Amino acid sequence: MSTLELRSVTKVAGGETHIDAVSMTLEAGSLNVLLGPTLAGKTTLMRLMAGLEKPTAGNVIADGRDVTGEPVQKRNVAMVYQQFINYPAMSVYENIASPLRVAGADAATIEREVKKAAELLRLTPYLDRRPLNLSGGQQQRTALARAMVKKAGLVLLDEPLANLDYKLREELRAELPRIFAESGAIFVYATTEPTEALLLGGNTATLDRGRVTQFGRTVDVFRAPVDIVTAQTFSDPPMNTVAAVKQGDRLALNTGVSMPLRAPGLADGPLIVGFRPHHLAPSQTAPDAVPMAARVIVTEITGSESFVHLAAGEERWTMLTHGVHDLDPGTELTVWLEPRHLLLFDPSGRSVASAAHAARAA
Amino acid sequence: MSAHSAGIARFKWLIPATYILFLMLPIYWLLNMSFKTTNEILAGFSWWPSDFTVDSYVIILTDPTWYMGYVNAIIYVTLNTVISVAFALPAAYAFSRYRFLGDNYAFSRYRFLGDKHLFFWLLTNRMAPPAVFALPFLQLYSALGLFDTHIAVALAHCLFNIPLAVWILEGFMSGVPKEIDETAYVDGYSFPKFFVKIFMPLIASGIGVTAFFCFMFSWVEMLLAKTLTSVAAKPIVATMTRTASTSGYELGLLAAAGVLTIIPGAIVIYFVRNYIAKGFALGRV
Repeated sequence: MSTLELRSVTKVAGGETHIDAVSMTLEAGSLNVLLGPTLAGKTTLMRLMAGLEKPTAGNVIADGRDVTGEPVQKRNVAMVYQQFINYPAMSVYENIASPLRVAGADAATIEREVKKAAELLRLTPYLDRRPLNLSGGQQQRTALARAMVKKAGLVLLDEPLANLDYKLREELRAELPRIFAESGAIFVYATTEPTEALLLGGNTATLDRGRVTQFGRTVDVFRAPVDIVTAQTFSDPPMNTVAAVKQGDRLALNTGVSMPLRAPGLADGPLIVGFRPHHLAPSQTAPDAVPMAARVIVTEITGSESFVHLAAGEERWTMLTHGVHDLDPGTELTVWLEPRHLLLFDPSGRSVASAAHAARAA
Repeated sequence: MSAHSAGIARFKWLIPATYILFLMLPIYWLLNMSFKTTNEILAGFSWWPSDFTVDSYVIILTDPTWYMGYVNAIIYVTLNTVISVAFALPAAYAFSRYRFLGDNYAFSRYRFLGDKHLFFWLLTNRMAPPAVFALPFLQLYSALGLFDTHIAVALAHCLFNIPLAVWILEGFMSGVPKEIDETAYVDGYSFPKFFVKIFMPLIASGIGVTAFFCFMFSWVEMLLAKTLTSVAAKPIVATMTRTASTSGYELGLLAAAGVLTIIPGAIVIYFVRNYIAKGFALGRV
């Protein structure tokens, strides 16, 4: 498959809109991340791409051909689920061989492909076992191997690493692009974690309640979100926001702090300001950094980093900072923020900052 | 451990042992009687046969009016089990995977409710005693020329067994994640191929348990089986109601027939005992 195009694909079920007029074009050999919180519609969108569900409206075009009504068996797709889905009654070997067997491949081809996939995914010692006798990581690698041998044009990975423990996730995430690199297929990878999207690179589509809010190169989407929802989706911990008013070259946050703002061409008036948790600092980071008063609510220490939850006026912010900061709740604190890190949105949530400004902000 | 509780622990076996003794007593008594002559049975109380005889068994296994009872029963029980499982498999799959009642905009908020009621209604078929259906079945089957055939009894028992089979199978099927179905479709399996090659092996124990319960109901049910047959398809349970003959009461013979009737059930239970435990765990048996 060289391209997969969705044309205002909509899915309504039980009176609820699960997918709302999604249009996007995916190119061969590309890695596309669907990023969004749980229930944003990532899985439904994948099922529509696969043909497991029929869109209520809109069309799915594969290689210029309308495949909207075609059942999944006739489409050239492979899918891996978050739950480790294998056929429990078959051996690992038969699990991997399954798509080839259905396609009627000859025994020699099956043997060769299964051995190759098993070697690549380090499953060779377990080929005779049943999937349920393997560890979670091995089970998921079996599912990945099955997706791989099919040589499908469209490979859908629905949060494939979410149920694995941290170490295995790191390991498999690094392997994934390598495993599928040579196939030239279209990859779609759903995840709830912004970090994972950034680590995988490629393109990212951010989803919010069934809508694709932005689709583009992952770094571009991260640096220049088109609206506040995209920015919120693509930020972990959640992006801090505060209402503000721009007057001339000053920006007055409604926490009472005023700071200089260089945003030529931006009209005066109310704005929503967003900034990422790691841009708040407990000490002055630059000469133009602005001090702000805040009170510690609670501190979470992960080891190399500390999440400090703060109250600034009415607002609740998070500061992500290096090292261990063991601050008692209630401690009054001065935090620093550089104006160049601000993302600016109009009151309806659309981004108003110029791309150059946004690029600097990241 | 104190001396007192050690004393209790020593007699822990006593309660289950007593229970099993009570359970086994009637079976022992039946066995005991089957090896006695009718005269000895009527003569009085004795713990074991003083005049040990296997005559009763010989009569049953050589007289067609007796042993054909077993053959007939096995024929219609097998027919019934096959029909029940064959029809319940697709029905249970539909209940476990699809929503029918009100899967549209107007009724969407009632759809779960609707399905639940449909499912429950299936089970209510089991709530009426078979006697209720004896008359309509007899009249209907006589009119259709099905009276005194094996298929008549097999079909009549379906009324009770199919709902039960759907209920049990649905429990096992819902334990298989829907994603396995989808993975099979993505791999290229057609629905029939998926159902037979991937799905049925996954619920094999469920099918075994279901077949067992269908078998057991059909094997022990007497009223319909007796009403719907006369000679050609008469089952052993009906033959056994023939308590008296020209030579008076034949209690030894009846006891032997009883023992032989227990055996098939015991054999089937032995084979499915582990699966039944799984069915209990699912809350469906």
